[in-house]
Amino acid sequence: MGDREEISKQFLKAFEFQGIRRRDFLKFCGATAALLGLSESFIPKIAAAIEKASKRPPVVWLNFASDSGCTEALIKATYPNAADLVLDILSVDYNETIMAAAGKQAEEILQNSKKAGGYILIVEGGIPTKKGHGMIAGKEMLDILKEFSGPAAAILAVGSCATFGGVPSAKPNPSQIVGVTEALKKVGVKKAVVNLDLCPINVEYLVAVVVNYLLLGSLPELDSFGRPKMFYGQTIHENCERRANFDAGRFVETFGSKEEALGYCLYKMGCKGPMTYSACPKVMYNDRISWCVKSGGPCIGCAEHGWPDKFAGFYNRLPDVKLPGIQATADKIGAVAGAAAVVGIAAHAIATKSSGRGKGEKEGGKK
Amino acid sequence: MARITIDPFTRIEGHLRIDVEIEGGKVKDAWTSGTLFRGFEIILKGRDPRDAWHLTQRICGVCPTSHGHTSSMSMDDAFKVRPPDNGRIIRNIVEGCQFVHSHILWFYHLAALDYVDVVAALKAQPKEASLKKVQAKLKAFVESGQLGPFANGYWGHPAYKLPPDLNLLAVAHYLEALDMQAKAAQLSALFGGRMPMTMTSPPGGSTHVPTVDDMANYFFRIKELQDWINSVYVPDVLAIAPYYLNYAGVGKGHANFLAWGVFEDASFDPKKRLLPRGAIFADSFPKVQEAKPEDVTEHTSRSWYKGDKPLNPDIGETDPEYTGYDPDKKYTWAKAPRLKNKPMEVGALARMLVAYASGQPTAKKLIDNTLAAIGHAGKPQVLLGVVGRIAARALECKMVADSMPQWGLDIVENIKKGKAEVYTPYEIPDKAKGIGLWEAPRGALGHWLDVEGKKIKNYQCVVPTTWNVCPRDDKGVRGPIEEALVGTAVVNPEKPLEVLRVVHSFDPCLACTVHVIHPESNRIMEFKVS
Repeated sequence: MGDREEISKQFLKAFEFQGIRRRDFLKFCGATAALLGLSESFIPKIAAAIEKASKRPPVVWLNFASDSGCTEALIKATYPNAADLVLDILSVDYNETIMAAAGKQAEEILQNSKKAGGYILIVEGGIPTKKGHGMIAGKEMLDILKEFSGPAAAILAVGSCATFGGVPSAKPNPSQIVGVTEALKKVGVKKAVVNLDLCPINVEYLVAVVVNYLLLGSLPELDSFGRPKMFYGQTIHENCERRANFDAGRFVETFGSKEEALGYCLYKMGCKGPMTYSACPKVMYNDRISWCVKSGGPCIGCAEHGWPDKFAGFYNRLPDVKLPGIQATADKIGAVAGAAAVVGIAAHAIATKSSGRGKGEKEGGKK
Repeated sequence: MARITIDPFTRIEGHLRIDVEIEGGKVKDAWTSGTLFRGFEIILKGRDPRDAWHLTQRICGVCPTSHGHTSSMSMDDAFKVRPPDNGRIIRNIVEGCQFVHSHILWFYHLAALDYVDVVAALKAQPKEASLKKVQAKLKAFVESGQLGPFANGYWGHPAYKLPPDLNLLAVAHYLEALDMQAKAAQLSALFGGRMPMTMTSPPGGSTHVPTVDDMANYFFRIKELQDWINSVYVPDVLAIAPYYLNYAGVGKGHANFLAWGVFEDASFDPKKRLLPRGAIFADSFPKVQEAKPEDVTEHTSRSWYKGDKPLNPDIGETDPEYTGYDPDKKYTWAKAPRLKNKPMEVGALARMLVAYASGQPTAKKLIDNTLAAIGHAGKPQVLLGVVGRIAARALECKMVADSMPQWGLDIVENIKKGKAEVYTPYEIPDKAKGIGLWEAPRGALGHWLDVEGKKIKNYQCVVPTTWNVCPRDDKGVRGPIEEALVGTAVVNPEKPLEVLRVVHSFDPCLACTVHVIHPESNRIMEFKVS
């Protein structure tokens, strides 16, 4: 596609073209700007940039070894909602779960997209590398990925399966499933991939990255795992609504107990928040009605590279998390010296620093 | 004779290939093939059993909650623990929201485009301002030349029968329904943390302690969904149905039905569930018989696994072996489950028929009224087929949504009585076995759990779409979808819209379907989970 400025104009025009009310548009811009960490002054700039457009940005959504949970997450979007997103803002030309066409007619669409090129390729699901374990229209999923990654303008891997294989790639990985980055390496395609970990994807992350790309013509700054730093830069623990209770040494010891009713910390119930990098406490799920920890479910670490094996034993307490000991320790055996020190944080910091990607791509508001 | 392959088979969950042979304008034979293998049960071996209810939710992103609940129920059974009453009700609510979400999504976004000609809606002459607006939007959309998900549909096919105004109304409701299914998921997340992938239903009950705020939120939100189902979804089905009555006998299939039952009663008796347990066999229709897990066998003679002896899940064997697509030999990753050696249809029609014939009062009234309205009072057999499946799903959606406000009141009543507990603590025994039998929106779902040394020794799932989309068994008897396709008239083999209708009426979910069952010998298990 090349001319990214043109895309962003087209994208912005889409709002006007499709008759979205200006108030809704500004609300959308505001929500997105906030997610992207843009300043408020950027909102009128977005609005003012609306010019004539010819096309909505095309999206090809390929679904491989997944459970379609990320497509489900996509259509749970609220601002913009699924209808706006799928029909007005983007042109979702290929997504097997929602498209009207089937079989031969669906294949035609995909081939036309390939010819036209310049689409945003969104991949859901991992890629089986064992022969015959993942086929669509008689082709191996690995070959399909190879075929359609070349002409793509940008590649987004959404959800834990597409990023690094996810649950179906857990030991012993019966179908030898790999994530998109690994699969592209196998087939010799050199292309940057934006990895959006989480099982399923938080649709607000996805929307923000797509909008970031369309408006600014660039992908967000990524860490060494290829994940946007704006969403995967801090642990859940850092922003958790129950954090004050952790600091005060107040813990839930039994599900559904009075401590749970008081919103005490779920660390002792196995919460993986201290080692999981994701903005879940800020962005939440399903129009921000709730999220895992809020509902009383300890974090299972689904945003992490290596999940689920990394955190197998979801209800077992994380080892090596030192407690603050202000009022009590986890085991009530006396104060533990030192501030919270969490394994993983250091490793992550190193990983982020060593990242070669994302350089030269400015964060939106500062541009 | 024409042979056509539909692959990818779209507007379903997952990866499905359908092959049909057409002779004299009708389907003579059919083959269904699941084309993705992930091997969940292999992955589960050796793990902490409490992880299973999270991991098995990833079998299906459309009905994760059902897998989670079934898994936790297999542990409730194995660990001898029972959720307190409010824990039971919260699970029902989270499940109920998923049913509502799933049925709305299925009707409007997966199935409707087989009946609603989106492009023909441009010819409508609406009077209402809201419909005019939708039409203008649609016009601009079509004129843009970028049809997105509506591109290359079978628009203009002679099997589309709706008048333009009704097409337009359905398009308007397609858009509205996108919001409604999202709202149903929000309500699920209110108690479950998020949707998809519920966080609050481990063995023992629920981890979510409902607050006053939750309950206030709940009543308004469920009312909104209930109103919409009663004033839009059900009327839409009734408005569209008369144009497709010629489909009433199409896609009948074997007409054997299985329901394990769903929405737990306070008594925990599966026959007293809102949608109760039972089986109906074609030769004694509609008499309800006992449905027992020990009567289940799985066949692999036509599936990509070694071995070809039909076995009960308890002693099942699996060894995946891809040998290429060969309809005369092996042609799918799905196994073929049978109940008393019969292929069984599962899903909303199975549940509603079992409920009806069991005398469940709400189901009885809904179905009796529907039958009377279409001039077939007292003849439930007219529901066997494509139109019956569509109607059953809408009626079930209504029945669940209509029941849900009371569940909220029950929670409040329990709290008033001082029975606010939601969770019962338990110890994982060193050795135990348990079975969870429940329903996903797509049909009967069973998880078999075997624990040894406090770890999973064996884990087996027999899931809805495996029942429906399975291949032939060792006697060559077709699976339910294959059988339902036989005899279906196909006007234009280049555009096999009628095949789509029959297959979609089962609401297939392929991610669920493909799984493996482990040998007692445990020989696949070589890894240890740290």
